[in-house]
Amino acid sequence: MPQRMQLGDAKAAEIKAVSIGKTFGAFRALKDLSLDIGRGEFLTLLGPSGSGKTTFLMILAGFTAPSEGRLMMDGRDITDVPAEDRSYGMVFQGYALFPHLTVEQNIAFPLKVRGRSAADIKRRVGEMVERVGLIGHEKKLPAKLSGGQQQRVALARALAFEPSVLLLDEPFSALDKNLREMMQEEVKRLHQETGTTFVFVTHDQSEALALSSRVAIFNHGELLQVGRPQDVYERPENRFVAEFLGEINLLPLDALRLDGDSAAGQFEDRTIVLARTNPQIGPKAVAAVRPEHMTIAAAPQNAGHNAIACRVEDATYLGAVTRYHLKTRTGASIAVSMPTVATPPFAHRADVWVSWPVEQGFLLPHQT
Amino acid sequence: MGKSATSRTILLLAPLLLFLGLAYVVPFLGVIRWSVTLPEPGLGQYHAVLTDPLVQSVFIRTLRICLIVTAAVLVMAYAIAYVWVRGTPAQRMLAEFCILVPFWISVLTRAFGWLALLSNRGLINTWLQAAGIISEPLALARNEFGVVIGMTHFLIPFAVFPIASAMRAIDERVLLAARGMGASRSRIFWSVFVPLTYGGLIGAALIVFVFALGFFVTPAILGGGRSVMVAELVYLRIFQSPDWGLGAAISVVLVLFIGILLALMRRFIKPAHLVG
Repeated sequence: MPQRMQLGDAKAAEIKAVSIGKTFGAFRALKDLSLDIGRGEFLTLLGPSGSGKTTFLMILAGFTAPSEGRLMMDGRDITDVPAEDRSYGMVFQGYALFPHLTVEQNIAFPLKVRGRSAADIKRRVGEMVERVGLIGHEKKLPAKLSGGQQQRVALARALAFEPSVLLLDEPFSALDKNLREMMQEEVKRLHQETGTTFVFVTHDQSEALALSSRVAIFNHGELLQVGRPQDVYERPENRFVAEFLGEINLLPLDALRLDGDSAAGQFEDRTIVLARTNPQIGPKAVAAVRPEHMTIAAAPQNAGHNAIACRVEDATYLGAVTRYHLKTRTGASIAVSMPTVATPPFAHRADVWVSWPVEQGFLLPHQT
Repeated sequence: MGKSATSRTILLLAPLLLFLGLAYVVPFLGVIRWSVTLPEPGLGQYHAVLTDPLVQSVFIRTLRICLIVTAAVLVMAYAIAYVWVRGTPAQRMLAEFCILVPFWISVLTRAFGWLALLSNRGLINTWLQAAGIISEPLALARNEFGVVIGMTHFLIPFAVFPIASAMRAIDERVLLAARGMGASRSRIFWSVFVPLTYGGLIGAALIVFVFALGFFVTPAILGGGRSVMVAELVYLRIFQSPDWGLGAAISVVLVLFIGILLALMRRFIKPAHLVG
């Protein structure tokens, strides 16, 4: 029997995953994943379903054993430490509250497991109930609570014993949009207040960008890129990351010339100049520009660099922004979002120029 | 549309209702009539049911046996259901086999099977004597012990279904959550798993208890006339010492008692949970 390690006492832990792999039968759910999770950071694992993000979370929690690789916490190898001895806080999809216990009994459960004194438990439960705004609901069973309230109980229960790591598995997927935004704020606040390391799984890119100090993007069992929200959004390293994080225009370039920090190429006889951020670029590449970084005007901007002649196909008024759908001369589609107040509306079928500053475009490999 | 759906339901149920009416309700009305008319009109037989020491002792024995059987069945059925729901595929198949095979063997065959094992010259006693462990045969049958064994064996499958159904309804993530919070296996079992199956346990207990109350064949064979239960007493009053009025009154009291238990059962659990 392995020696029982007392983990989870430190305020916030640092986790290092080294070459983690997981296979289920013939299916490779995770491939050679290495990732450092910093002390007290808010890391989001983002990806479509089946991308391996939840498998990785389960490995972090200790519910699933990796097929390969090691997991280190604060310098100790915890690969073989079972979940009950890691005792991280965890918020499950669907909350997983104990349906037969009241709100306060749910929150008290992990404290009882730890053998805390009755007075200590009472004080701590009171604190947590107050912190998540559930005063007056202490004696209710989970079935009597709304989705948002159940979510709060799950958070309070997971944080009650001051775990060094809090794992959250798509906690907001069952909530409607307004409630989801409220709970995002709440989770952000709890992260700041507790200083605990948060690892959050979601398939919602805007949620990932809004909450995290860093985002790790998964696809087909591989970690594609990890970085601050603005890094992964503005400087994605491949097309999957670029497209998964939000709408993006991809323009195939001909006659690509790489020149130190910058790159240039031809698109429909126009010269496109870009910052060269991705070192691994083959002979074929695409220029990538987010719709909100482009502007529409009657004449080319930027002294003629990065300007493409287009025709307005459709304009959709979305309140703060107006979304334009345009076609280039060769029929390629381009999407542009412009602040509604800044520009007069462009008429349907008007001939216009779409331009963007050099630093807002970047190169991506041609293949996904 | 609602009206035609209702009338279709009634039409589909009609054969069963007709059968139950003719084969159960009408004859039972006759039994009620006997209980207040034989041998003379009045409630004399009910008075006898409440005061006659023999009837009283049979009722008390019946309750005692039923309670012991219910407790024994629940413990064993819980273990079997646990293996059936949460075991490895091989264990599940074995559990299913153990649950279903007894179902296909008649109650009479099973009672005689137990008699062959438990009686004074049965397998167990002859082996133990041959091995020199005992000199006199153990009293395993023709007493309450034998009755309890036979009834427990018969009733286990009926308790397995509602308990397994409750176990299947448990959200796996709730158990994972408990583990993640550092709870030991025994704590998860006793303070999360078992409480979440209370509904199934109450349902199983009521089914087993109600079935056990009306047992006739098993106690008649394994009790050997020495530990008579209520159903056998009714039989004796009607077929051996013609005292139809008393037999009828005991029947009515038994049906009333079971009716109350069934009403309680309906309050506690949904019928769908009982069939698994």
